[in-house]
Amino acid sequence: MKNILGREIPDSVTLPNRQIRLFSGVQVRHEDVVKKSVKTRVADPTEGKVIHDIKKAIEKSGLKDGMTISFHHHLRNGDYVMNLIMAEIAEMGIKDLSIAASSIFPIQAPLVKHMESGTVTGVYAAYMSGPVAKAISEGKLKNPAVMHTHGGRSRAIECGDLKIDVAFIGAPTCDPMGNINGTEGKSACGSLGYANSDALYADRVIAVTDNLVVYPACPIEITQEYVDYVLVVDSIGDPKGIVSGTTQITKDPVGLKIAKNTIRVIEASGLLKEGMSFQTGAGGTSLAVASYLKDIMKEKRITGSFMSGGITGYLVDMLDEGLFKCIMDVQCFDLSAIDSLKRNKNHQIMSASMYGNPHNKGALVNVLDIVILGATEIDLNFNVNVTTDSNGYIMGGSGGHSDTAAGAKLSIVVSQLFKGRLPAVVDEVTTVSTPGETVDVLVTERGIAINPLRQDLIEKMKKHNVPVMTIKELQDVAEKMIGKPEKIQRSDKIVSVVEYRDGTIIDVVYQVKDQ
Amino acid sequence: MKINKVARAGTMESSDIFIMVQPGDNQGLDIRLSSVVIDQYGNHIRNVIMETLKSMNIEDIELTANDRGALDYTIRSRVETAVKRAL
Repeated sequence: MKNILGREIPDSVTLPNRQIRLFSGVQVRHEDVVKKSVKTRVADPTEGKVIHDIKKAIEKSGLKDGMTISFHHHLRNGDYVMNLIMAEIAEMGIKDLSIAASSIFPIQAPLVKHMESGTVTGVYAAYMSGPVAKAISEGKLKNPAVMHTHGGRSRAIECGDLKIDVAFIGAPTCDPMGNINGTEGKSACGSLGYANSDALYADRVIAVTDNLVVYPACPIEITQEYVDYVLVVDSIGDPKGIVSGTTQITKDPVGLKIAKNTIRVIEASGLLKEGMSFQTGAGGTSLAVASYLKDIMKEKRITGSFMSGGITGYLVDMLDEGLFKCIMDVQCFDLSAIDSLKRNKNHQIMSASMYGNPHNKGALVNVLDIVILGATEIDLNFNVNVTTDSNGYIMGGSGGHSDTAAGAKLSIVVSQLFKGRLPAVVDEVTTVSTPGETVDVLVTERGIAINPLRQDLIEKMKKHNVPVMTIKELQDVAEKMIGKPEKIQRSDKIVSVVEYRDGTIIDVVYQVKDQ
Repeated sequence: MKINKVARAGTMESSDIFIMVQPGDNQGLDIRLSSVVIDQYGNHIRNVIMETLKSMNIEDIELTANDRGALDYTIRSRVETAVKRAL
């Protein structure tokens, strides 16, 4: 069967516990949803929760063959939690597990051998990079990995599409009753926004900490009534991998040109006004956009309402300078963000569900004005790929891309027209991550294209003398310089099923050829 | 035109191509290409190199190319420079 975007979703695709529904366009759901019921272990008031032995904690959790366990990725490429737990599970001989990680990073390379041994047969993630992504692309995981969005992951957990048996929550600071605090301790990572749904909806929740403190561990992010046990280990992460160095604004003239073009679009859109909200990524070009935006906001004396998403020091500086009233933080990227969270009451933590879940009582993305997004590839209908590279290997995933694109009043994809000879604008993207109907603008160094669905924006650009091209014209400009790429070969085996934020299937990823 | 010695041109920087040439073994145009975009542009890049060599009347050469996503004009100029250095 083909979905509405013309992507072939073979009938052989199945997912545990539910029916396959194909993506049929972005739809607002009008019926109520029912959240899953949660099995809750009633704590014995005379029994403590603290455990010092990983094996004992896994035994206490009741983990068995075929179950699903979850992890959050706030410790990013410094995370020791998944590797510690998985090494013990493999040792205990438990098999056929599914890993529901909010994201997977290169540090989780040992997962590859657990996939090969049959300890792990399923993976759920919103983003993955490094050896695990490569191994999955090469067909080493038994069942197709499910890729979702950050908001879609919360939706799936809350409604039971993704049933978590045991959640292991990396806890930078924790007390003996299981209250978790992300901003203190040697492995501080700040916001624990992606772990929230896991804590609320998993049957068993184990906090894994290297900093057990006297009760209560204020300020508390995840509270004790959701936590079954507290596992104390030597170290939950490597601080060098948890937070990155401060990302610098790009000095590359191409990146700066893209940022300047982007600002022209934002100005002409009419959204640059008092109370505006803004989200951008941590890349050099995204930060250049933020930097130009900062100058204009100062000049025009505009104060924005909030910035959101993954937070960097650059956004913290804008908050400190009073350019925005608040930061809504689902993840801290650097020490400056963690520090701001501790000292500034207007720097607010939010859960992934609050951030982007399409099936709750209202997500933050619904009131977001402007989002700046990236793309590996974009097709002539503005469908965006951020999941696979041009050789068909998984190297990312939606994360919050689809959530913010769907919610924001103005979603702008910024990209070089070609990178190392590979074009950004293609006839057909390798994988659809985000549907074109939610992507409004493509900004490149050689021109701006507006989605024809947004005639209102095209009019506004004309009115403000912002030159626009069609996306086809941008493709032609690139192809004159680089030629047309040959189509890459792939095998017929499906290695990943890509879910849109509402749980419908937007695409599948095939195993790469010639392994 | 005859290649007399080993010569190089280009770098391993992104969007450049590194070319090394040396006298051939009477095997004609012997091209060894590696590229970051081999699946998408391998045949095309090989043709550009061939045409450049032919336009310079080179009939016997061993050419090693390590491409980092260079565009055609870069490929032509790096090949031409390497060949001229080897004459």
